[in-house]
Amino acid sequence: MNQLHFPILSLITYIPLVGAILVSLMSENNKKMIRFVTFSVLVIDFIVSLPLFFYFDPSTYHMQFVERVPWIKSMGFQYYIGIDGISLFLVLLTTFLTPIAQLSTWSAIDKKVKMFNIVILLLQTGMLGVFISLDIFLFYVFWEIQLIPMYLMIGIWGGPNRVFATMKFFLYTFAGSVLMMIAIMALYFLNHHFTGVYTTDMVQLMKTPLPLHLQMWMFIAFLLAFAIKVPMWPFHTWLPWAHVEAPTAGSVILAGVLLKMGTYGFLRFNLPMFPQMTHEFASFVVALSIIGIFYGAFVAMVQPDIKKLVAYSSVSHLGYSMLGMFALTQTGMEGSILQMINHGVSTGALFLTVGIIYERRHTRLISEYGGLASLIPVFATFFMIFTLSSIAVPGTNGFVGEFMILLGAFESNHIYGIIVAFGGLFSAVYMLTMYKRVVFLKVTKPKNLGLKDMNKREWAYMVPLLIFVFWIGIYPNTFLSKMRVSVEHLLNQVNRTTVNVNTQESRLQPITTVVVKKG
Amino acid sequence: MSGILLFVILAPLIGFLINGLFGKWTKPYAGVIASLALATSFILGLFPIMSVLNGHIVEYSYFTWLPFKEVTVQFGLRVDALSAVMLFVVTFVSTMIHIYSIGYMHGDKGYSRFFAYLNLFVTSMLILVLGNSYLLMFVGWEGVGLCSYLLIGFWYEKDTASDAGEKAFVVNRIGDAGFTIGVLYIIYYFGSATYSNVFPRVEDVLSPAAATIIGLALFLGAVGKSAQFPLYIWLTDAMEGPTPVSSLIHAATMVTAGVYMVARSNAIFSMAPIAQEVVASVGAFTAFYAATMALTHKDIKRILAYSTLSQLGYMFIGVGIGAYWTGIFHLMTHAFFKGLLFLGAGAVMHSMRGLLSIDLMGGLRKKMPQTAALMVIASLAISGIPPFAGFFSKDAILGHALEFGHPVIWVVGEVTAFMTAFYMFRFVFTVFYGEEKVPGLYHELHTHEAPSVMTIPMWVLGIMSIIGGLVGLKIGGHIPFEHLVTQIAPNTEIPNEKHYSELILIGTSVTMGLLGILSAWLVYIKKIVTAKSIANTFKPIYTLLANTYYVDEFVAYCIVKPFWWVSEHLLWKIVDVKIIDGGVDAAGWLAGRLGLLFRIFQTGFINQYAYWVTLGFIILSGWYIVKII
Repeated sequence: MNQLHFPILSLITYIPLVGAILVSLMSENNKKMIRFVTFSVLVIDFIVSLPLFFYFDPSTYHMQFVERVPWIKSMGFQYYIGIDGISLFLVLLTTFLTPIAQLSTWSAIDKKVKMFNIVILLLQTGMLGVFISLDIFLFYVFWEIQLIPMYLMIGIWGGPNRVFATMKFFLYTFAGSVLMMIAIMALYFLNHHFTGVYTTDMVQLMKTPLPLHLQMWMFIAFLLAFAIKVPMWPFHTWLPWAHVEAPTAGSVILAGVLLKMGTYGFLRFNLPMFPQMTHEFASFVVALSIIGIFYGAFVAMVQPDIKKLVAYSSVSHLGYSMLGMFALTQTGMEGSILQMINHGVSTGALFLTVGIIYERRHTRLISEYGGLASLIPVFATFFMIFTLSSIAVPGTNGFVGEFMILLGAFESNHIYGIIVAFGGLFSAVYMLTMYKRVVFLKVTKPKNLGLKDMNKREWAYMVPLLIFVFWIGIYPNTFLSKMRVSVEHLLNQVNRTTVNVNTQESRLQPITTVVVKKG
Repeated sequence: MSGILLFVILAPLIGFLINGLFGKWTKPYAGVIASLALATSFILGLFPIMSVLNGHIVEYSYFTWLPFKEVTVQFGLRVDALSAVMLFVVTFVSTMIHIYSIGYMHGDKGYSRFFAYLNLFVTSMLILVLGNSYLLMFVGWEGVGLCSYLLIGFWYEKDTASDAGEKAFVVNRIGDAGFTIGVLYIIYYFGSATYSNVFPRVEDVLSPAAATIIGLALFLGAVGKSAQFPLYIWLTDAMEGPTPVSSLIHAATMVTAGVYMVARSNAIFSMAPIAQEVVASVGAFTAFYAATMALTHKDIKRILAYSTLSQLGYMFIGVGIGAYWTGIFHLMTHAFFKGLLFLGAGAVMHSMRGLLSIDLMGGLRKKMPQTAALMVIASLAISGIPPFAGFFSKDAILGHALEFGHPVIWVVGEVTAFMTAFYMFRFVFTVFYGEEKVPGLYHELHTHEAPSVMTIPMWVLGIMSIIGGLVGLKIGGHIPFEHLVTQIAPNTEIPNEKHYSELILIGTSVTMGLLGILSAWLVYIKKIVTAKSIANTFKPIYTLLANTYYVDEFVAYCIVKPFWWVSEHLLWKIVDVKIIDGGVDAAGWLAGRLGLLFRIFQTGFINQYAYWVTLGFIILSGWYIVKII
């Protein structure tokens, strides 16, 4: 079955589901117990996921910890799950971040606690399902399932504009999903057309060569779906809305995990399945990414609301990730994956930081703060470190990721590297300006005077993030060594037919011709 | 040895961790702990330095930091002749300034935080100079920038201090982009960023064009970090930080990192005459330009800041013309005397309760005799009067400029030397000589000499300002310092090197220095012409200088504000909210409207549906009939 002889991935995925059932049986009034049980379930889930890291074999690109059971035989659907060096870290990031996010809600969420915790547990199952699915149908199921808890989380526990924000979030992502579904169906039938087999096995589908004009349409459909999810410029406008209205835990999970589904989607679908189109579209995606990097930074700079600022900074940071990916070089792609983890850690931490002061003051406006350094120095220190990580100061995780992306982009085209090298300037501008206005200067608002510094629970969820900031910054090999072979394989897939791209004249020939040829 | 070398860096890091994590409890001893950490680092550093003086290169790798496909970067430290000089200067001057700070920062509420940052700074600076690859240098490079940011904004409640810190960081990031690009090219060409893999192969691998691009990109980094024109604008604002910070970071060590980096990259620059020309010209221009601004300023720290810019310009002349050792030599002597000048200014501020304007001072010599004596020593050193330290290094730079065929730069350098002597002695004469300008002020402020915890480190630097230049004295046909540094950073070979009588070269330099002092004496002591009348005679020039050429205003109103305005009003409020998001909403709205349209048909009344069905039937059959006919 797999190296552990044990369905570990299913276990990780469904522990939260069992937890949700457990919590649903508990009394609504026992809030403490609900929180504690949920947290315990999530921590157990995290602990159970650790063997993935230790038993992961970094020397192969083949899927590991595989479970494979036929599901709907007549249509070729399977319950097929497994991970490689790319999804490994996204699974771990999810199991790592969710308990942290949940811990931050112990005092922040006080209404409908039971339901909230059920939602968070269901969300966890949905998110993990996306990253482990190797069956395209299963993937789609999880992809849609995880939308619902997030929709509820923003819609019920969000801020004043939560309904509008959550509708926008849902419909926008859903519009992308519909396109993806069409592409998935096309893929399914075309695969049958060319190979005679009905299958939804992703690993198989990656091997099916498709005519270029069909690749193009499917590539575009997937591109749109994932670009909205990432979000890439100019499909990003749902993100500030969602972040601003979402409760802290929602923002953490949204930024930390949900956005990564978009980038992950590119790695699983666009790149390996449509290699020629990947090359064709690379410079276009890179252009959007570079625009996103700078545009996100410029717009972040002028935001009056801290959460909005961090939201726009996500647009910028994920621009880096997309740039590294579509540089189509080993280092760029590894950097892109590392940047996903980094963004989860740093931006997650920044949202938690904002959450800490929001909980005390119920405002996210930068102008409502100032002088926090003298009032709550411990908070100020944590905030500083995550700020530095976000602006990629060497020694922190941000630097390693961004530098790898720069290196990869530079290798792909010098101009990309040269332009983006100046990106660090603007991230410093928006983060430090915000930090200055919030933490430095004099205390101008008397309301801030009574602020309490971080409590033990807050320490407990910030310190693990802090450890990763420095771990990845100082010894990234722990992470890079596990993804190397998988990324190499992915690049081989992308490059497998590049030789033909330039010689193939018949790119736009009608489908019938292709069919005739094949037949 | 590998452990010793590692501990050179770890000692201040441990100091940082102790004061940073347990500052609440270590507060009374924070200064002592930090100074001890630094002293340990200094003493341990002597071992590799001795080894280098015996002709070895000490290099160790500790662990793999960045394992990329294109390049693998080790965390490795290297002490060779070049980094040995830096190691000595950094640990020595830092130790002195740490001790001085015990007195200077006494009673500040952020006492332990201050020393934590200071230790962290030294750690970063040591990584910068000892790292054996460009990437490790970059770690230190950004690290010192970060500490500079934290220390400039140390008194964060002051908005000027917080702004200045941010400005320093941001302006430096422009330079960092250049540095990054340079490193990307180096990795691209060499597949490595480690010095020992790069430099021996430079001539085989790089074309002159590539060397020029790399050189210019790296130099952009140096322009930022070492505050050369036009990225110098952060340094004067950086004076908002506590004075020991100005002394250590913004005079003696960090700002010289760019000079070190250019000297380190000598193999690349020596292949790129255009890049060298740019380095030397920017240096010469900054030297002159900054000196003019120092002439009119009234704030004692800012005078010294402009002076630092100007002296850094000299260093870049040295490394730019290809006589790398002269730049490093001036870097070292400058660390002594400029460090001392800032400490002296700090002592004055300390006893004047933070007052900075020279208009309020005068005759301080009587109150602070030791400080006054030290300031005169340091000023003589910076003015290039023999046998003080600055004389040897400045003369080496200017002499080589002429010999290596840069007469214009030589002239600029000599004129600047005159201005340097003038503005420094303007400072000395107005502050320490003459009479008290505001009667009773000193009494009221209890102006007094600094405590010995401050004066002793100053005296140590004072002694170094006197004798520190002697390593540049020609002994037995060669100059010891040149001999040492050229092992690692050999002079660029100049095809037709000219030779001039040393007596003329030295004579010119010394004359310029003495003339400057004499003019200052005539104006500020003898008052043959008053400064005011000079200012009135050259009113437009004076106004321009006194306002530092309006550069800050230009940057604020022509770059920063428009940029901010465009981002807010165009990009955010129009492009993002109205166009992009508006487009998304419009799509949603359209879908809704279409729904409304179709709703008209969905009334729920059977008879209406029957009506539509009938209508459809008629139309379709009509169409069918027409088609048949």
